Formats: sequence, C-alpha cells, structure tokens
Amino acid sequence: MSKILEIRNIEKTFNAGTVNENYVLKNLSLDLEDGDYVTVIGGNGAGKSTMLNAISGSISVDSGHIIIDGEDVTKLKEYQRAKYLGRVFQDPRMGTATNMSISENMALANRRGKSRGLKWGLPKNEEKEYKELLSILDLGLENRLDAKMGLLSGGQRQAVTLLMATMQRPKILLLDEHTAALDPKTAAKVLEITDRIVTQNKLTTVMITHNMRDAIKHGNRLVMLDSGRVILDIKGEEKQNLTVEQLLKKFEHLGGESTLSDRMLLG
Amino acid sequence: MINIMIGAVSLGLLWAIMTMGVFLTYRILDMPDMSAEGSIVMGAAIAAKLITSGVNPVLATAVAVAGGMVAGVVTGLLNTKLKIPSLLAGILTMIALYSINIRIMGKANITLLREKTVFTMVEAIGLKGNVGVMVCGIIINAAIVALLYWFFGTELGCAIRATGDNRKMARAQGINTDNMKIFNLALSNGFIALSGALIAQYQSYADVSMGTGSIVIGLASVIIGEVLFYHGNFLNRLVSIVLGAVVYRIIIALVIEMGMNPTDLKLFTAITVAICLALPMFKGRFNTVKHTAKVTHKAKEGNE
Repeated sequence: MSKILEIRNIEKTFNAGTVNENYVLKNLSLDLEDGDYVTVIGGNGAGKSTMLNAISGSISVDSGHIIIDGEDVTKLKEYQRAKYLGRVFQDPRMGTATNMSISENMALANRRGKSRGLKWGLPKNEEKEYKELLSILDLGLENRLDAKMGLLSGGQRQAVTLLMATMQRPKILLLDEHTAALDPKTAAKVLEITDRIVTQNKLTTVMITHNMRDAIKHGNRLVMLDSGRVILDIKGEEKQNLTVEQLLKKFEHLGGESTLSDRMLLG
Repeated sequence: MINIMIGAVSLGLLWAIMTMGVFLTYRILDMPDMSAEGSIVMGAAIAAKLITSGVNPVLATAVAVAGGMVAGVVTGLLNTKLKIPSLLAGILTMIALYSINIRIMGKANITLLREKTVFTMVEAIGLKGNVGVMVCGIIINAAIVALLYWFFGTELGCAIRATGDNRKMARAQGINTDNMKIFNLALSNGFIALSGALIAQYQSYADVSMGTGSIVIGLASVIIGEVLFYHGNFLNRLVSIVLGAVVYRIIIALVIEMGMNPTDLKLFTAITVAICLALPMFKGRFNTVKHTAKVTHKAKEGNE
C-alpha cells in the first residue's frame, strides 16, 4: 500500500521567545497508508488540533515536512492545499457559509481546488447531484436546496459540511472533533454518516475525538498523542479488540504527561 | 419644490454608484472600507484635472475609475500582505489620498464651470439639465446592477461572497481569500471613484474635502435601502441600494428645505446611521419585553 500522508519530524512552538511560549509539536512523525481511517485521541494540549492545522496549512510548522501523496506541501498555503483535503471543523458554523444557500455552499465545494472564473457558479444541472447526495443524509435536506445554511441545526450543518468535504474526493479527510459541539444523539448520527461516507468512498481519514469509545469504535487505526508526540499507534486486529480499560491502562503505563480530561474518561 | 426633488433624485442617482461601492465592501466582504473617503475625491480630482487639461470627459472619467481601483488595491495589499487590520488599512489609504489628491489637482479645488463634461455632452443631444443627469444616472445604475447581479452568480463572484461570509471555509474550499479581498476592494473603489468623477462634473467643481463623511452617507444609504426596499433576492437587494441612495438625498433635501443648517447635516447623518444600526438591538429588546409579558400573562391565566 502506498503512503498518502507522511508527517516528518514536524515542530511547532507558539509565541516563541515570550513568556507565553508553548512548545506544542515535538518532532512529531506519522504516516498514513491509503485507506487508513485513523482516530486521534489525547488530552487537552496534546497537539491534536495543531497537528491537523499543520496538515491543512492553517498554521505553518517551524521545521519538518508534510508530504501528501508524494508531494511536499510544507510550503503551500492553506488554500493551495485545499484541493487535496476535505475538512470538517469542531464549530458547525465554521464549515459552511452562513448567508449562502445549501446549493450555493455545495457549488462552492464542488469547485474545491479548481480555478474559479466567470462561468456561472450555480449551474442548474448540478442540482440533481446535490439532491442525491443530500438524500443519503436522510435529513430531508434534499428539498431545501435554497434554504440559507444559517437556518440549519448544528447537526445538519455538520452533515452537509461532510458532504461538501467529500463531494470532490479528497486525498485525506480531516475531521477536527466534528461531533464535539453536538448533543449525543446528533453526534452519533453524524458519526454514523461519517462512517458511511468514509467506507463507501474508501477515504483516507484522520478523525480527532475527545471520546475514547468513539476512537475505539470507529476506524481501523488509533493514534494517541501526548505532549506533541505520538505515544501509541494501534492497528488491525489489536485495534478491533481494544477496550476503554485497556486503552487507559496503556496510557498510564506509558506515563502520559498530560492529564486525561474528564470528558475523555467518561467516554 | 418639484425642482428640489428632481435635483435630489439626480444627485442621489450619482451617489448610488458610490453606495454600491460601499455595499461591496461593507456587506459582501463584511469589511467597512474607509479608503472610500479618499477614492471618491480621487475620482473627482482626476476627472477635473483631465477635463480642464482638455481631455475628453468620458476618457477622463474612465481614468478616474482606474485611479480608484488602484487605491482599492493599495488598501487590499496593506490589509492582506502587510496584515494591517482592514479598518486601519482603509484609514491609511484615505489619509495618503488626501495629499495625493492635492498633488493631482495641483491645488485644493478645481472648478469645471464652462468646461465640457459628460453632462454637457448629454445636453448636446437634447437632454437638458437634471433630466439628462437622471437619464445618465438611471442608465449607469441599471448597467451596474446588471453587471453585479451577473458577476456575483459566477464562480468568481460566489468565491468573493464566500470570502465575506466565512474566510476559514473559503480557504478550505481552495479560495485565495487575499486575492478575493483585493479584487473586491478594487471593484468597490472603482465604483466610488466613478461616482466622485460624475458628482464633480454635475456640481462643476472638485474639492479636496468633498469626500469627508462620504462613507457614512454610503452606509446610511445602504441601510435605508435595505430597511425600506429589501425583502427578497439578490437583484432586489441591489436595486434597494440604488433606491436607498436616492431616498437619502430626498431626506437631506427635505431637512434643508425645512431650515436645517447645512453644516449640521453630517451630525444629522451620523445620528441617522447610529439609530439605524442600533435598530436590530432595540427590536430584540422590544421582542423580549413583549415575549416576557406574554409568558407572564399566560402563567397568570394558568394560575387562575
């Protein structure tokens, strides 16, 4: 299997040289095989989101390299990397344009990473495709193409953002705690949709979660970060048979520096 | 009285072009652009200087538009490349333009009396005085509304709207948000300079201080237009901006007619804008009061 993502020794310090200096990523390396569905866990400040932001280019790294499907993208800007990446954020408002309609948002996503010119941006002939995609969510949104995104609930917005992130097949799908802001029932529904989309399209996926049970239940691989390093990487059969208790024991055994958050333990 | 109204409508149509520029930054990009105050004068200054130098008024107006677009690009570069906050970037351009505008004109003001302007050219084909200005204004505004309606439906236009709506999302979709900002600022200041060039030719003078307070006039017009006329799609919204600018001029003409000191106009405009901007908050509070009253009333009924 070929490597889709190679993170090579990346380092990141925020506010370097000030009293607020924060050494977040410490020589972090991680490889993703084509089709990997990795869940990432770790305590607050472990560097989960920073790692994802480094991949997407919303922050630049101090040193190290990020290679997507053989291409070194370390120097590429966020918008230039967008053609390789589908992203869903923690805040449901972040993934879509609030004052634009569902179909306008999907039209934007359908052109992710492509040059945008003076062609009509909302072609009628694409609406059938949008409707088909929306109908798989089973939220009744296929009949509300002209509704403003801001009128949708958090769960609905995350579900649409998921579609938008994947309608142009990304090389990597990045999910940054995308269910953390949702109520448990909606979160479960969005996770179920996530699994469906990822398996159907065989997408290479990185999903950050605070919830250990979700981390174990979803994906084929589990990575634990602590203090800016990968301290645990469990794959295959071992991952399938993993339990929350085992995971906690492993974490204690490894002597994680940061405390696990209550939210994580409860998961 | 009827003449005053016709004058107000004519001037309103010319200011509507400026208002459209303000709309592009303030509403589409969610970024109030102060450079407007400088670029409206720049448009007037370039047009006046070129016309008095014997250049064809239409060409002079076109050059004025180009000048405004350059000013917009400068604000955009200050904001995106040098990371200066948008409000400050606009103020810097505005202040710089004050000096530049005097340099363009060679002095603080230029009169265009007895010069050939676009409006004397229109008169030459038989449309006299304000009728000619109104016809010109309507044609230009219709063209701008049509252009913007089309443009914001294109892929590029949608990308600009997404940039104004949610920058993070726009970048995640591969949109170069910096370029979209710069492009939109150029477009906006181009319209504003066009407005300045036409206003100078209408009033027969260009003055370095004629732009003072213009951003607030633009905002007032946008808000008045939205409150009174906007209730639907994007086309309706664009038309409401033009109507808002005209209504603003009619209101100003009326209060002056009623005896307000013209130097108090800016205070009047500022208060109007402040009230309009605060309206949603008052409305919210009013609704809460109404709602609480209703709930208490219902609770009482339940008890009885």
